[in-house]
Amino acid sequence: MTVKTATGSAATLPKADRGSAGKRFWAWLNKRLPVDQFLASQVTEYYAPKNFNFWYYFGSLALVVLVLQLVTGIFLTMFYKPGEATAFDSVQFIMREVDWGWLIRYLHSSGASFFFIVVYLHMFRAFLYGSYKPPRELLWLLGMLVYLALMAEAFMGYVLPWGNMSYWGAQVIVNVFGTIPGIGPDLVLWIRGDYGIADATLNRFFSLHVAAIPLALLLLVALHLVALHEVGSNNPDGIEIKEKVGADGHPLDGIPFHPYYTVKDFVGIGVFLVALAIVVFFVPTFGGLFLESPNFEPANPISTPADITPVWYFTPYYAMLRAVPDQRLGALLLLLAIMAFLFLPWLDRSPVKSMRYRGWMSRSALAVFVVSFIGLGYLGMQPALGVYVIIARILAVLYFLFFLLMPFYTSLESVKPVPERVVYHAH
Amino acid sequence: MADHAGVAGGDEVDLSRRKFLTRATIATGAVGAVFAAVPFIESWSPSERARAAGEPVLFDLSKLDPGQMAKPVWRRQPIFVVRRTPDMVKRIEGHDADLKDPQSLHSEQPPYAKNDLRSRNAEFLVLIGICTHLGCLPKEHFAAGDLGPSWPGGFHCPCHGSRFDLAGRVFDGSPASVNLRVPSYSFPKEQLLLIGADEKGVAS
Repeated sequence: MTVKTATGSAATLPKADRGSAGKRFWAWLNKRLPVDQFLASQVTEYYAPKNFNFWYYFGSLALVVLVLQLVTGIFLTMFYKPGEATAFDSVQFIMREVDWGWLIRYLHSSGASFFFIVVYLHMFRAFLYGSYKPPRELLWLLGMLVYLALMAEAFMGYVLPWGNMSYWGAQVIVNVFGTIPGIGPDLVLWIRGDYGIADATLNRFFSLHVAAIPLALLLLVALHLVALHEVGSNNPDGIEIKEKVGADGHPLDGIPFHPYYTVKDFVGIGVFLVALAIVVFFVPTFGGLFLESPNFEPANPISTPADITPVWYFTPYYAMLRAVPDQRLGALLLLLAIMAFLFLPWLDRSPVKSMRYRGWMSRSALAVFVVSFIGLGYLGMQPALGVYVIIARILAVLYFLFFLLMPFYTSLESVKPVPERVVYHAH
Repeated sequence: MADHAGVAGGDEVDLSRRKFLTRATIATGAVGAVFAAVPFIESWSPSERARAAGEPVLFDLSKLDPGQMAKPVWRRQPIFVVRRTPDMVKRIEGHDADLKDPQSLHSEQPPYAKNDLRSRNAEFLVLIGICTHLGCLPKEHFAAGDLGPSWPGGFHCPCHGSRFDLAGRVFDGSPASVNLRVPSYSFPKEQLLLIGADEKGVAS
């Protein structure tokens, strides 16, 4: 028992008694729920490589954005009204009449773009250090499923404001399913629930966007983390730290996640939030990249925007879709471009993981891939005419050559010797 | 069947029996799950209301002057109805070599529109007014020479520049690979167009 004195201090009582109620409660709790055990095994005694660098911020940042999107999304759902007649107006209502509605909505719309920025950098890290290689193949596949779910979530979310780009973007993307031989037209009718993008389409996309896909995302992210903590993080040297264990049983090159990496990640989160705030407060549309101007007009089934383009994070694939003169082959190419990532763990035959110890061929191939991905992303925002299409075709070929030739250049090139322990310089 | 005596004795377990029962239970449950999924999957089909709104549409052709186009809406799609003049019909001929699919072999249309004019008769052209490339709305440019000296008149998509002639057939060099689609249609009476239904019934 603690008794408060007049000054509010409990210091006058014997030390042994202080907090004992709390301690007893904690013991009671832990007997019924393994909180301490969980925190120890997953956080305070979870050993991560000590040589993490800049590229290792983006995993934790992705979690931060996920929470941001969940919280802002829950609040937007309180004011948004799905339906052909109400959707656009309710977004205007949020923007103009709900107190702070504009902030919540811009956080959500900018958050979507930041999600993809963070995820693309997170994926690039895996390319850079071979994080998809054994024993982390399943970790990579689960991450790719997160990416696929995220694309579905973002696409459906973009339809909800029911602006003209929402409408025509949905029209184009849903029509891609119509190119599937045989079942295509029936499948499109089933997805839309009407003979065009309509009320039925909007309502089912709303349901999927706020319930089904977020649940799937949370499950997949949880599995991604469980798989990560089972195999342990890779690191910039691509060395398995579990192979060099000290007398205490912990990896010699590992440090507990908490406090070392929680502190590091908080710095990253701080910088990230500054960047997010700058966008939200000063350039929420980001020059038409994060929110496209045709979407400030209501959906109009008899007037197409001058140029239908998706938001920037889909444009690399969209450029490939448009680069093929045949629509069915274009859709197939789009599918293959996304699926190619899934095969990475088995295409890469290199004996080493990290780019630090790979030869010039792997490095050049990665550079070419990055250039082609960014180039396609740019071209996907330009009109599909003349020289743009020709460049898009060249870049699409390079994109696929990166994957198709990977088994050859990764096994042919000579690699540098990998050190026994991670390279680490104290700061 | 396996020996049941051991089970009664208590210690021995008839594993093959257990395996069979487990598999039979899983199979039955899986079949049940498939059946249970049907209502959920079918709930996504167009509702009765959507189907009713997608009924065939009547259009009064007497309102249309020669050379004019109307855009009635059928199943949420703009339908291009053009009353072609004899001059316009003449301008459909002679450029087959510049077309991707002049015989409409790879394009979508009812059998009675699978001809040079892509229509039941020369006078009336009926098309679904959605570009076969990525779904924008093509614009009419019916006057000859409107889009360059060799332009015979037709449609031009402002999004990605697909061009179609006065029969909705796509020109070479367009990003669209097939001709504009033709819906099923019929003329129940003189000067009356029924969009979405013909002798064979209502469009699926």
